[in-house]
Amino acid sequence: MADQSLHGAHAAPEHGGLRGWIDKRFPFSSLWSAHLTEYYAPKNLNFWYYFGSLSIVVLAIQIISGIFLVMNYKPEAALAFGSVEYIMRDVNWGWLIRYIHSTGASAFFIVVYLHMFRGLIYGSYRTPRELIWIFGCLIFLCLMAEAFFGYLLPWGQMSFWGAQVIVNLFSAIPFIGPDLAVWIRGDYVVSDVTLNRFFAFHVIAIPLLLIGLVGSHIIALHQVGSNNPDGIEIKDNKDGRGIPRDGVAFHPYYTVHDLFGLSVFLMIFCAVVFFAPQFGGYFLEHNNFIPANPLKTPPHIAPVWYFTPFYSILRATTSNTVHIWMGVVVLATLFALWRHRGKPMRAVLFAIGGGLLFWSLATVDAKFWGVVSMGGAVIIFFFLPWLDHSPVKSIRYRPTWHRAVYTLFAINFVVLGYFGIQPPSPVAYAVALTCTLLYFGFFFLMPWWSQLGAFKPVPQRLTFKAH
Amino acid sequence: MKSILHRLCLGLLLSLMLQGVASAAAEEQDIPLDNAPYRVNNILALQNGARLFVNYCLGCHSAKYMRYESLRDIGLTDDQIQHNLMFGDAKIGDTMRVAMTAAQAEKWFGVEPPDLSIITKALASHRGSGADYLYTYLRTFYRDDTRPSGWNNLVFPGVGMPNPLWMLQGERAANFQVGPDPADPAVKLKTFVGYTQLTKGAESASEYDSTVADLVAYMQWMAEPDQLLRKRLGVIVLIFLGLFSFITWKLKSEYWKDVT
Repeated sequence: MADQSLHGAHAAPEHGGLRGWIDKRFPFSSLWSAHLTEYYAPKNLNFWYYFGSLSIVVLAIQIISGIFLVMNYKPEAALAFGSVEYIMRDVNWGWLIRYIHSTGASAFFIVVYLHMFRGLIYGSYRTPRELIWIFGCLIFLCLMAEAFFGYLLPWGQMSFWGAQVIVNLFSAIPFIGPDLAVWIRGDYVVSDVTLNRFFAFHVIAIPLLLIGLVGSHIIALHQVGSNNPDGIEIKDNKDGRGIPRDGVAFHPYYTVHDLFGLSVFLMIFCAVVFFAPQFGGYFLEHNNFIPANPLKTPPHIAPVWYFTPFYSILRATTSNTVHIWMGVVVLATLFALWRHRGKPMRAVLFAIGGGLLFWSLATVDAKFWGVVSMGGAVIIFFFLPWLDHSPVKSIRYRPTWHRAVYTLFAINFVVLGYFGIQPPSPVAYAVALTCTLLYFGFFFLMPWWSQLGAFKPVPQRLTFKAH
Repeated sequence: MKSILHRLCLGLLLSLMLQGVASAAAEEQDIPLDNAPYRVNNILALQNGARLFVNYCLGCHSAKYMRYESLRDIGLTDDQIQHNLMFGDAKIGDTMRVAMTAAQAEKWFGVEPPDLSIITKALASHRGSGADYLYTYLRTFYRDDTRPSGWNNLVFPGVGMPNPLWMLQGERAANFQVGPDPADPAVKLKTFVGYTQLTKGAESASEYDSTVADLVAYMQWMAEPDQLLRKRLGVIVLIFLGLFSFITWKLKSEYWKDVT
């Protein structure tokens, strides 16, 4: 009964000695039992559930390796590039720390994307876990900001031009855009001033936010308990002592379980760190080994792989694409009008809203809509709990074709990422545009398709095969 | 108003630059890169490469993140480094710098020669590794009287650098065939068909290939002097983690066998 023990209702037995001394002054034993030994997690958590604890481990790896990097890094335009090489060559084990940090950045996104996909397929964002999901989305936003700010610090060509491109996106916002971009940079171009403030954000502001949000994410999780691959609440079936029949104590069961997951993860992580730290130019881009040169634009600027799905959506939004969006707005408005044909007040509001949106699509620069699409592609995750109208949580008891939808969504995301890395071409544009429409279709049409099909009966108890 | 002018100028400049790139690409095709032999684990090749590097490259190119003392890692003593590989008044703890200033370089070669500390990492692309690029580049110089330096290069057309190793390789002329592009007959394609040796070099073709391979191996090593240590250590770390995973797997199974 985790929710009660959080408030100390399950008072741990009185301890003597040092532990008793501490317990009188700090709720050590009750915290320990509330969050570990008497926090009950579903016993059927599978492969997909490793990535939550792995995300915390990677966060710790990044913070610790980051501290050591900051000891030797110089956040100054004239020195930054050289100080990274100094770390690689002259600092004892500096190369190891740097590669751990650079590989950790990519690893962070890998585990977080897998963690999010887990939430998607098992409906982990559904009632009562909406807040866990929202905290998670905020963590994802912070993570993107953290990666973006951090990428400027090595002060290579990609660092510089990547930051230049992304900050310039803000200048597409009507009226305030150009001033906003200058305000973010602190200068008319990316410069020493920009480097200093990005450094401050990367090492202080965002990590603090991240840690606070991760704490909130876990507190919210422990308030309601973990979801599971069956998508049923283990708290609905408790024994005489109030312990969920299908739960096991987090410690020791899931601590040893996650320790195994961690050791396998570390094997893969270290294989990259020691044998392929640049990962063929995907984790450390080739161009970034050339010092930043504000006078020489690289022929092809691409963000690091973890941003490319969203970058692809940005690039797919050209002035041609905006015409498609205009068509979509017209259709959506007509549909809304038809749905609300009995309520004239609402219908008028929808017509005005649709008209305004259509008008702004027609008049505002396509670059702005690219930024809106890219931002929207991230922000839309926040609304998932209210977009999904499926009567069951888990993919296991949804119609079989729903699996195809989620598989397609995952493939679609990877394809977007692939074409975000490639230089622009007509084929890449056509593919990215199709994938962008599928991406938004998945979310915007979810209230409709998530209810369709024959749902399977959900069992009363967890499906669990003894190990 | 000023910013609009600014943008216009920038846009004009950019489009001009892009056009330049496009027309150059239409004339000459990218030649495929040759695979550089992997010799980073060959200490004799690295030592020979270091000798070639300080003699033929370090005159104009710096390696300002590389310390002379790091050459101990390829089996050289301080004495050997100081007497054979260091010129001028540099100290053993100094990095490899050049006397030529940026202004002089601009005047003499039109561009400042890039620093070579991590050049093999910077030159990697979808075409091949940075070592492949350098290995091909250093073997594809040819005489071209239309260039200010009298030299041109197949991998880097319009290169500023004359062939630094010409005495070893000898001078060559390149023969091109100009024909229509099969995809677009309006475009004339310049295809490389072979060399004509003009003067004899000190080395035969195969000796020269090996010399360049040594030099490239050195630059590949210099880009990350700890790379061999990294790989050796990686083997130990992975063996440890393999054992650790086995133990944690057994530990997990031991606990979970009671869960029914």
